[in-house]
Amino acid sequence: METKKTSLYQLHQDCNAKFVEFAGYQMPIQYSEGIVEEHKFTRNHSGIFDVSHMGQLFIYGGEDLIKDLEKIFPLDLKNLKLNHSKYSFLMDKDAGIHDDLIITKTKEGFLIILNAACKDNDFKILKEFLEDKYKMVLDENRSLIAIQGPKSSEILNDVINGVKDLNFMSGNWFTFENQKVYITRSGYTGEDGFEISIVNDFVDQLTRELINKGSKLIGLGARDTLRLEAGLCLYGHDLDKDKTPVEANLKWAISKERISKGDFIGSDIIIKQLNDGVSKIRVGIKPEGRIIAREKTKIFNQSDVHIGEITSGTFGPSVNGPVAMGYVENEFSKKNTKVFLEVRGKKHPASICSLPFYKKSYVKGVN
Amino acid sequence: MSEVKYSKEHEWIKLDGDVATIGITKHATEMLGDIVFAELPEKGSSVEKDGTAGVVESTKAASDVYTPVSGEVVDTNQAIVDDPSKINQDPEDSAWFFKLKIKDPSEMDTLMNKDDYDKFAKETSA
Repeated sequence: METKKTSLYQLHQDCNAKFVEFAGYQMPIQYSEGIVEEHKFTRNHSGIFDVSHMGQLFIYGGEDLIKDLEKIFPLDLKNLKLNHSKYSFLMDKDAGIHDDLIITKTKEGFLIILNAACKDNDFKILKEFLEDKYKMVLDENRSLIAIQGPKSSEILNDVINGVKDLNFMSGNWFTFENQKVYITRSGYTGEDGFEISIVNDFVDQLTRELINKGSKLIGLGARDTLRLEAGLCLYGHDLDKDKTPVEANLKWAISKERISKGDFIGSDIIIKQLNDGVSKIRVGIKPEGRIIAREKTKIFNQSDVHIGEITSGTFGPSVNGPVAMGYVENEFSKKNTKVFLEVRGKKHPASICSLPFYKKSYVKGVN
Repeated sequence: MSEVKYSKEHEWIKLDGDVATIGITKHATEMLGDIVFAELPEKGSSVEKDGTAGVVESTKAASDVYTPVSGEVVDTNQAIVDDPSKINQDPEDSAWFFKLKIKDPSEMDTLMNKDDYDKFAKETSA
């Protein structure tokens, strides 16, 4: 299968991007300044991410759609306000995670942002669950960019007036060059920022204007170090079908109201795990010293017993040290528990820590 | 002091008497990206030609560092362990990795000169 290119491909080339294939797309891993500089620029100024490879699924419908989606997602969608967003997951009947996603209630129905590698399968699963009752569009005509970092609000507001008044995890329609753009105040870096859905033909112009105002394109490499410092999961690594939201320590994203009803796919397992506890759980892991423990690194307890595995690990440029997360047996998940990480045949000390590694406050209005 | 020689694994080596200074090339650092971790061989240990003698890691991945010749490690550069970004800044001079008392000077003859290495680097990265 030929790899796809996003509508910003030419701009990436103009900015000297190094490309990698990711989920069937040619995506920029970094630009000339490199991952560390790009990471810091996002934390201190503003960075633009091309996330057009991600799925933008529009589902059209009203009250019936809300009821049907509540059978799928563990969310209180009925009481979700118009233009507000929630983080959630698509689960199987055993509560294994097919994908993690952001769902937003719009006037017309719902907009769901899906991972690139999962979007086609998600579409199939959702279409089947919804029994083809609703119009569903996995829109390939729209691009998606994220602008993240402390200067982003000012920069984006200069180009699209009014966005600075959006609250965190809410969105609205705006216009750019007479085109309707849907903007949410959200992101995946631990910074204040926005995600902008815009028709393919205008994304290049919008991005160039944002660059002219002082933002910069940032590659997937820095996106990964930013999200990991922020303690956020990457599907296919920290989340997959063998892990449940409770094991992934994401129970905050499950509506209590919906748990009490227990009528969504996977709810039996979720309720059982919430009541009885889980045998493994996702934790933050901070290696002592500079050693980097990457995905699949084995975790041992102080008695040299294998108790888990790293699912993401890298060097955190803002933390200025290695950061990781992984799954350990529940009894070793307490903060400050000392563990050992086996890297290149040697065991290196580390400790369980709370997430995120890097914290900055979002804008007010967290729903 | 002899001319600097290069290996196919992108190390450079400079011989001064029977002590060789070894590091990784600028081309290698450009391929790796930002280096955020370096591990060096232990002083006093012996390393064999083409064997691993250290590790560098970028934010993305870990890569082995090989030694282009055999010998005993007589010195290591702690400065690059403490601040691995020095490797990106000055790879072919102050950010050397380790020094070897070499075992067999003829091993130097198997390595490339600068022109050949530059050509090799260009071809292999194309």
